[in-house]
Amino acid sequence: MQKVVETVSTVAIRFAGDSGDGMQVTGSQFTDTTALAGNDLATFPDFPAEIRAPAGSLAGVSGFQIKFSSEAVFTPGDAPDVLVAMNPAALKVNLKDLKPGGMLIANSEAFTKKNIDYAGYATNPLEDGSLTGFKVFKADITGMTLKAVEELKLNNRHAVRCKNFFALGIVYWLYGREASHTVEWIKSKFKDPQLCEANLRALKAGYHFGETAELFDRSYEVKQAKIAPGRYRNISGNEALSLGFLAAAELSGLELFLGSYPITPASDILHELASHKQLGVRTFQAEDEIAAVCSAIGAAYSGALALTTTSGPGLALKSEGIGLALMLELPLVIVDVQRAGPSTGMPTKTEQADLLQAMYGRNGEAPVAVIAAKSPGDCFYTAIEACRIAVTHMMPVILLSDGFIANSAEPWRIPEMASLPKIPVKFWTEKEGFQPYARDENLARPWALPGSPGLEHRIGGIEKEHLTGNISYDAANHELMSKLRYERLQKIADALPPTEIEGDQAGDLLVIGWGDTYGPIQAGVEAVRKSGSKIGHVQLRWLNPFPNDLEAIMKRYKRVLVPEINLGQLVKLLRAKYLVDAKSFPKIQGQPFKESEIVFAIKQILEAN
Amino acid sequence: MRALNIYPQFQHTDPSTQTRKDFVTDQDVRWCPGCGDYSILAQVQRVMPTLGIPRENYVFVSGIGCSSRFPYYMETFGIHSIHGRAPAVATGVKAMRPDLSVWVVTGDGDALSIGGNHFMHVLRRNVDLKLLMFNNQIYGLTKGQYSPTSPVGKKAKSTPMGSIDYPIDPISVALGANGTFIARSFDVHASHLQNILKRAAEHKGTAFVEIYQNCNIFNDGAFSLLTEKETKSDHVIEIEHGKPLRFGKNLEKGIALDASLTPKVVDVASYGEDKLFVYDETSEIAALIVSRLHAPEFPVPIGVFRAVSRPSYDALLVDQIDRAKKGKRETVQELLDDGQWTVK
Ligand code: SF4
Repeated sequence: MQKVVETVSTVAIRFAGDSGDGMQVTGSQFTDTTALAGNDLATFPDFPAEIRAPAGSLAGVSGFQIKFSSEAVFTPGDAPDVLVAMNPAALKVNLKDLKPGGMLIANSEAFTKKNIDYAGYATNPLEDGSLTGFKVFKADITGMTLKAVEELKLNNRHAVRCKNFFALGIVYWLYGREASHTVEWIKSKFKDPQLCEANLRALKAGYHFGETAELFDRSYEVKQAKIAPGRYRNISGNEALSLGFLAAAELSGLELFLGSYPITPASDILHELASHKQLGVRTFQAEDEIAAVCSAIGAAYSGALALTTTSGPGLALKSEGIGLALMLELPLVIVDVQRAGPSTGMPTKTEQADLLQAMYGRNGEAPVAVIAAKSPGDCFYTAIEACRIAVTHMMPVILLSDGFIANSAEPWRIPEMASLPKIPVKFWTEKEGFQPYARDENLARPWALPGSPGLEHRIGGIEKEHLTGNISYDAANHELMSKLRYERLQKIADALPPTEIEGDQAGDLLVIGWGDTYGPIQAGVEAVRKSGSKIGHVQLRWLNPFPNDLEAIMKRYKRVLVPEINLGQLVKLLRAKYLVDAKSFPKIQGQPFKESEIVFAIKQILEAN
Repeated sequence: MRALNIYPQFQHTDPSTQTRKDFVTDQDVRWCPGCGDYSILAQVQRVMPTLGIPRENYVFVSGIGCSSRFPYYMETFGIHSIHGRAPAVATGVKAMRPDLSVWVVTGDGDALSIGGNHFMHVLRRNVDLKLLMFNNQIYGLTKGQYSPTSPVGKKAKSTPMGSIDYPIDPISVALGANGTFIARSFDVHASHLQNILKRAAEHKGTAFVEIYQNCNIFNDGAFSLLTEKETKSDHVIEIEHGKPLRFGKNLEKGIALDASLTPKVVDVASYGEDKLFVYDETSEIAALIVSRLHAPEFPVPIGVFRAVSRPSYDALLVDQIDRAKKGKRETVQELLDDGQWTVK
C-alpha cells in the first residue's frame, strides 16, 4: 500500500496509560526526539496521585501531553489531536479532551471484560459504536509486543512492560520521527542486555507496524520551526532551578547549601543537587521542614549560599524560620514548588494558591521578597536572580514555582556561564567600625563570618537596636526597624529594569499574570489581538516588591484582567495597593489554563461595559 | 571555573593568650538573682580559654527559654534562634564550617518538648557539636508551667491539680538516639561540671550534657536532695570509667547487678567490692542500666554515661565532597550542555 505524507503545522498528542505503563518515559522520549527534529514544543506531564494505583483503575491513569509545531508554541495544547490510550481507564479519563474527529490509538488487548468493568464502562467502547466521532485505530499493542520479544524468553511481566516503546514506535512512524535518540537512550538506560534488546525490538516493531499495517493510510510531517540559532536542550522547571542554583554559586563564588525535607513536587531539586557534590554542594536531608529551613539559616550565617526547597504545606511549617531569617537579615532562598492545597490538597496537581502565604504567612510585620518563575527555562534565571537579591540585600527571598512548571519541559537555549553577570559578594572583615546592623546603600547589613577575629557578635530573633544589633524593647526603635524592613524591600524595586510589556503598549486591556500562566496568557492574548483589540501582557516576576512602573503601566489601559490558578490572590494585592479595578479570572482545578479559557476571559471583559 | 575565592583568610587569635575575661560580654546578665544559670555560665567561661580554640571560632546557638539567653553573655559568635530549633541551626553551621567549635545551649522544654525531634536527630547524626541542656524541670521564661521532665503530680500554673503526664528521661532518649557522648552534671558542682565540659569539648561528635539547674523562682529546690550537704552523698553517684559504682559519705554503698542484670544497692563491706558493677563508658548496656537509676530508690548518676567514637556527620559530609571532587569534575557549563543540540 502506498501511504501518503500529509503536512500539518501543529499537533498535540496525549499518551495515557496506567502509572506502571511508562507513559512519562514515552512522553519524554517523544519530546526529546521532537526537539531534535527542530519543532517548537511544550509539554504537560499529568501524574496520578498514587505511585502505583491498582492496575487498570481510573486513579492510576498517568498522562503526558505534548504540543509541537512549525510555529511558536506557548502551551501544551488544549484538546489533543491524538490520544494514545493503553487501557480502558486511560480512555475513560482522557476521551473528553480529545478533539472532535481526533485520532485515537487504543491498545485493544487491554480492553478485557475486567478492565472495561473496572473503568466503569457498561460495554466495550471500542466495539459499541460510541466512538464514531473519532478516528479509531485499534491495535493489539500488548500482543504484538510479546511477539516482538518472544525469542528473548523474558518472563511475561518484563515482556509486557516493553509495550510503551511499541506504542512510541507507532507514533514515531506516524510523525516521521527518527528513532535514533531513543535507541541510544534505551542502550544507556537498560544495563541488562536482555531487557535492552527487548525494548529496542519493541520500538522497532511498533515503527514497522505503523509502516506496514493497513491500519494507517498516511503519516504526517511537521516542518521545522523558525528557531533562533544556538545550542538548545530540553529542560524541566525543577532541573532549571537546580542548575540555576549551581550557576548562582559559581557566579558568586559561594558554596551551595541545601536543607530540605522530601515533598512532592519539590523533591527532584534535592535529588539533583545531591548528585553534584563534585561542585562542593552540601545537601542536608533534614528531619522535618523546620529543621530544613533552620539548617539553611545556620549555613547562611556561616557563609553559604543557602537554600531550602519545599511545597505549600512545608512553607507553612517554615514560617517561623523565615521570620527568623528576616530578623537575622541573612541571605536565604526558599523555594516553594506550589501544589493544589489547602492542607495536603492534591500533591501531584498544580496550583498558584500560595502567593498570599508567601506574602503574609508569618507573625508580625514580616515582609519577605517574593519572586516567581514563569516557565521551565525561566526557572534558571529566576533562581539566579533570587540568589543575587538574597546575598546583595541580605534577606530571605521566596521563589515560587509550581507543579506544572516543575515537571513540564521545553526546548531551552543554553546560556554561556562566562557571559552571565557575576554576583558580587563581600564579607565584612574590618574590626574597625564593625556594627552588626549597620547598613550599606541597599540597606543591607554586613555579612561577618564566624571565625573572623574581633567580629564576635550575637544575633537573634528578638528585636534589635538599629546599628548595634543589641536586644532592644525601645518603642521608637521597634518602629524604626519595622519600617526599615519594608524599605529594604523597596530597594529591590528601585533597581529593577523597566517592566516588559508584550503585545500592545497601551490600549483596551492589560492582562497581568504571574508564574505558570505565562504560556496560556501569551497564546490567548496573541489570538485575540489578531481581531484588532489592543491588548498588553505583563507577566510579573517580582511580586514583592511590585515594580515601580506597574501603576503607570496599568493606567495606560482601559481594563485590567488577572488570570490565576487560584481564587484571586494577585488581584487582591493589586486592588489593595493601587485601587485599580482589576478583574479576576480564577481557575482552581489542579490544571493549568488552556488557551481557549484565556481567550474566553479576554473576550468577555472586552465585550462587557 | 570555581577559581573565585571570596572567603576571607582568617589571621586567628593565639588561643594561649585568652582568659576567662575574653569570653565575657558587655551585656547585663538578665537571669533572676540566684538562678543556677549563673554558675553554668561561669564554668563555661572558665573552660573556654583552656581548650586551645581561638575565641572567634566558637559559635553558641540557642533556642528559646531562660537558658537560651546564654549566647548574649558569651563574647563569641552567637545565634539566639527560635524555640526548639537550635540543633538544626547549629547543624547548618557545622555542615558548612567544620572548623568551628559549635555549642548549643538549650533547656528541658526547648530540647525535649518543642524541639524533641531535632534533639533526637542531631544525636543520631553525630554532628560535631556540644549540646548543653539545662534541666530545671519547669518552664521558667513563660512563668512556671510544668515541663516534660517535671515529675508526675507536679503542681504548676497549668497543672493546679498536679501534672498527669509521665516525664521523659533525657539520658535514655539520648542513648536511644545512638548518641556518642552522653553525660550529666550539676549547676552548683563547679569542678565536676568543668571536667565534663572539657571532656565534651574534646569529643568528636555530638556531646550531650544534661545539667541539672535550679530555677529558684518557679521550681526552687527541685534538686535539693541531690545538692544539699546532708543528703547529696546518699543520693548522688559519680560514675567513672573503669571504676566500681560506689556512693555514700564514705563510699560505703555500691551498685551491683543481680542475675537478671537488675541493679541493686548493696553494702560494700558485706557484699564485696569485687562484685560491684564496674562502669564502662563504652558499653551501651552499662549506660542503659545506669540511665534508669532514679531517685529516691537509687542514687542519681552523674558523670559520663557514654563516650564512644563514630565518624561525625560533618566529617562524613566533607569526605563525600572530597571523594566526589576526585571523581567526575563536571562544570556547571557541562551540566547545562547535557543533551544539547545545535540549531543552525
Ligand atoms: S525563671 Fe528560673 S530559670 Fe529562668 S532565670 Fe529565673 S530562676 Fe533562672
